[in-house]
Amino acid sequence: MSDLTHLIPAAIEDFANSATMNDLEVAKAKYLGKTGALTDALKGLGKLSNEDRPAAGAAINVVKQAVEGALTERREALLNAEQAKQLAQESIDVTLPARAQSLGGLHPVTLTLQRIEQLFHSIGFEVATGPEIETDFYNFTALNIPEDHPARAMHDTFYIDEANVLRTHTSPVQVRYMENALKNNKTPPLKIIAPGRVYRVDSDATHSPMFHQVEGLWVDEDISFANLKGVVQDFLQKFFERDDLVVRFRPSFFPFTEPSAEMDMSWNGGWLEIGGCGMVHPEVFKHVNVDHEKYRGFAFGLGVERLTMLRYGVNDLRHFFNNDLRFLSQFR
Amino acid sequence: MQFSENWLRSLVNTDLDSQALNHALTMAGLEVEEMQPVAAAFTKVVVGKILTASKHPDADRLQICTVDVGNIVNGVSVPLQIVCGATNARPGLLAPCAMVGAELPGFSIKEAKVRGVESFGMMCSSKELGLSAEATGLLELDANALVGQDIRQYLDLDDHLFTLKLTPNRSDCLSITGIARDVAAITGATTHFDAIEMVDAETQDAMTVVVGQTTACPRYCGRLVTGINAKAVTPEWMVKRLERSGTRSISAVVDITNYVLLQLGQPMHAFDATKLSGDIEVRFANANESLLLLNDQDLALKADDLVIADAQGALALAGIMGGKASAVSDETSQVFLESAFFPPAVIAGKARRIGLSTDSSYRFERGVDFGNTRNALEYATTLIKQICGGQAGPVTEVISTLPLRTPVKLRLSRLVSVLGIPLMQADVAKILTQLDFAYTLSDDVFTVSPPSYRFDISIEEDLIEEVARLHGYDHIPAIPPVACLDMLPAPETRVHLNKLSDSLVATGYQEVVNYSFVDESWERDLLGNANPIKLKNPIASNLSVMRTSLWGGLLDTLTYNLNRKQDRAFLFEVGAVYHKIDATYVEETRISGLAYGSTMPEQWGVTSADIDFFEVKAHVEALLGSGSEVSYEKAEHTTLHPGQSARILLNGKAIGWLGKLHPKWQQHYSLSKSTFLFELSTEAILARKLPAYQEVSKLLPVRRDLAVVLDENIAVDAVLCTIKSANIPLITEVALFDLYQGPGVPENKKSLALSVLMHDTQKSLTDSDSDTAISNLLQLMQNKFGATLRN
Repeated sequence: MSDLTHLIPAAIEDFANSATMNDLEVAKAKYLGKTGALTDALKGLGKLSNEDRPAAGAAINVVKQAVEGALTERREALLNAEQAKQLAQESIDVTLPARAQSLGGLHPVTLTLQRIEQLFHSIGFEVATGPEIETDFYNFTALNIPEDHPARAMHDTFYIDEANVLRTHTSPVQVRYMENALKNNKTPPLKIIAPGRVYRVDSDATHSPMFHQVEGLWVDEDISFANLKGVVQDFLQKFFERDDLVVRFRPSFFPFTEPSAEMDMSWNGGWLEIGGCGMVHPEVFKHVNVDHEKYRGFAFGLGVERLTMLRYGVNDLRHFFNNDLRFLSQFR
Repeated sequence: MQFSENWLRSLVNTDLDSQALNHALTMAGLEVEEMQPVAAAFTKVVVGKILTASKHPDADRLQICTVDVGNIVNGVSVPLQIVCGATNARPGLLAPCAMVGAELPGFSIKEAKVRGVESFGMMCSSKELGLSAEATGLLELDANALVGQDIRQYLDLDDHLFTLKLTPNRSDCLSITGIARDVAAITGATTHFDAIEMVDAETQDAMTVVVGQTTACPRYCGRLVTGINAKAVTPEWMVKRLERSGTRSISAVVDITNYVLLQLGQPMHAFDATKLSGDIEVRFANANESLLLLNDQDLALKADDLVIADAQGALALAGIMGGKASAVSDETSQVFLESAFFPPAVIAGKARRIGLSTDSSYRFERGVDFGNTRNALEYATTLIKQICGGQAGPVTEVISTLPLRTPVKLRLSRLVSVLGIPLMQADVAKILTQLDFAYTLSDDVFTVSPPSYRFDISIEEDLIEEVARLHGYDHIPAIPPVACLDMLPAPETRVHLNKLSDSLVATGYQEVVNYSFVDESWERDLLGNANPIKLKNPIASNLSVMRTSLWGGLLDTLTYNLNRKQDRAFLFEVGAVYHKIDATYVEETRISGLAYGSTMPEQWGVTSADIDFFEVKAHVEALLGSGSEVSYEKAEHTTLHPGQSARILLNGKAIGWLGKLHPKWQQHYSLSKSTFLFELSTEAILARKLPAYQEVSKLLPVRRDLAVVLDENIAVDAVLCTIKSANIPLITEVALFDLYQGPGVPENKKSLALSVLMHDTQKSLTDSDSDTAISNLLQLMQNKFGATLRN
């Protein structure tokens, strides 16, 4: 049999000249197809003697393997080129703006309420709620503010009828919660915060007839005024994410707490009033049948809009209720 | 309570400067609301006396004055030449003179030539000294003013006006004496109150006083002072103190009663005695009795109004205001002075009931020192005699049971545990002494007798607060509590309200907060509610009723923002609505949304299309959670388009609404596009199913699609619900994937294309199994809805 090694460079050349897969298939047929040179050579082996056949077969196989190798190499090269072309075609401008629904957002007061809830939740406070149309009894009397008490005049109350008002503070929730807890045989420790809307007949640049408060209450056997200061200070430091923030208590008067204090917070070198607080007054405990010899409690009320303004630098209370989307969308 | 710092300092000598005093008061619970200097800072202004005044040669309106400012050189008085433009500049006038080098508010005085004439200073008006906003000429001083004296000293201008924001429990500080007493307690300074002299009777003229209601008036002191000159001029020092306390000078007698009130905290009243007849009686008002008050208010008295009366009837509303008929005037020659004690409960609320708050009622309803009633009368008598002359009669005093100052126990152990600070017995004893509270001590228990001027010390906590106040709230450390660590419950079958909000936020909705009170017309017209809950005292007529839906606020917010060039708004609010059911007020928290404008914001690659009913329906469904048995039924609502509104039902119970704003409201609000609204009761939709595992089949489901033709009025939801509840064997899910009306489907019919998933957990389904199931399904549709398979 003739030497077939010359087919190797010929095939390599043919393959290299094939620009497409189709061309390559045609070129392949020339060597490896049914009538290809190597196929023919293999068919011719049968005519050889038993002695010659192995060596001839081996020689053909060497050539065949080389041709097949060249074919595979060329095939991969062509595939790669085709893929590269397709990828190039599929290329996009990745800097184009994202396509999406617009973002919604929460009201900044809600953001503050959620933060407050989250922080107090982390030390075991539950959230309690109460009605906004509140009875005179819960809003005042049960909080040790009897009829005609001068403290009532300080509340600028919206009246619904003789016996019902729009609650002027979230403090009535304290009373309702304690009352219910004891009715359901739940005994102290009681730890709640009560966020919600409150109402006062007052409307100007710094007062809104509706605003939000968060009431806090902790009743336990061994809770002190110093603890109240500790909890409030801890809260404010965490809320504002500032370890250097300190709380100052000033003596004040609320009929439902004693001792009572105004809470001031250090801010930009001065002091800002942020709410009222104190130890739960024995009269309030009496109203809800909590043994005030055994238990003590503290309560505090925080102005939510005030905290929100300080947190985000909002300078006008009225923004919160105008609901201008250009304002609201800043808190997303 | 406003007062002059200098007046206070005349009663208590403290080393604190004004700022420190301010701080000390505030930190002791007497909050200083305002501290204003009486006069702005200025220097080198003295009392000047105009000796001569001649016309300026070159200016019509100017005069050349020679002014004596007490300047003496070598024993000779050397007056200054000053050019002055004030019309009241005249020889003999004493007025403030700013000398060369003086610094006045906003400018300084230099030697100057005024139209060619040298001027060595400036004569001043009250405006130029910053004492008033306006002035018409030079500030005219008393003829007896000392020429050359610094004007600040002469007019006592180095003083501050303090305004205290007193809490209702501290009525003891509603007088300068009370404040001085507290300053002494806080700072350890000493007070020096002048002893009040008892004025001996010079005549026997007296009125008989009958106190019918001794509990309403446990102490009454009265006295006649005859032969007075009511036209006497109130002395300058008194006028100044009154004015710096915010009280205008009226007449000598009235000024004296006001002065005693400010100094001692005891409201006084002076009757013109010649207008009284018969005995003085303290009683409750008679039926149909009326009284013309000093402020011209004609009052129909109520049975619980306490009055001071004579034989003719009511003279004054006790503790609140005197009557016009017996008021003192310039002609008054004899006065009947009253100093009485009325307990807070008798006066409380009475003034407010008639729309008044007087200095007197303000004090009585908080508590007036009943130990000082007589002293105040004596002091007022002294001042009247001093200023108006006259002769005092004997004091008529009717005294019955005064309030008890029951001793209050203070346990040291309780104090320490309430405050959380380790105070010692000696600390507490020191504080009680500073407060002038008498006490006895045994076994760490203080038994304290509160003074008559303190109406706020009746239980142990009152004393704890006092000790804390004097110890200083600042000295109480912030100590985190030590407590049991119990975890809070975390119910998984109830989502937090926040999660609902988050769902809407993720869909592009912005939360808003609207007022709970709304315009009555929103309720009446938009919501068809003729009887909303009304506020008795709304802040504005458009905020007068409580809302029963959040939609009014959302629509209002929408128009507010459209007016500010927004063209698209997805809004939501979470809040209460308010109903009155029988006699009970019921509140329900709702979550409510509004969608207006294009589904997607304008952006590249998206064809703009306006939001429609079914997109908003998807937003609603996202709130409901999977596994809820929700259905929608066509229903009408005054706010909504009658053909595009649905009542939302959860397990058959109505929980809310979804729909398109009625075209008439769209027009009313001038909205160019359709607006979609929804509102749900949050309570109803917070429940969630706890996931419960079910076997996942290894076998694959079979899907068959079919189209059925049925009457166009049949609601798709009804079809799907019927199929679901029929529980046809093997059929696990049926979904609508196309809805068609038009050629090929008969008139008034519609074609529903349904995908049907079939599944058996035990075996692979054969064609015949599927055929049976589909045939059962078609049979059901045929029976219930007259549906036929579409060819």
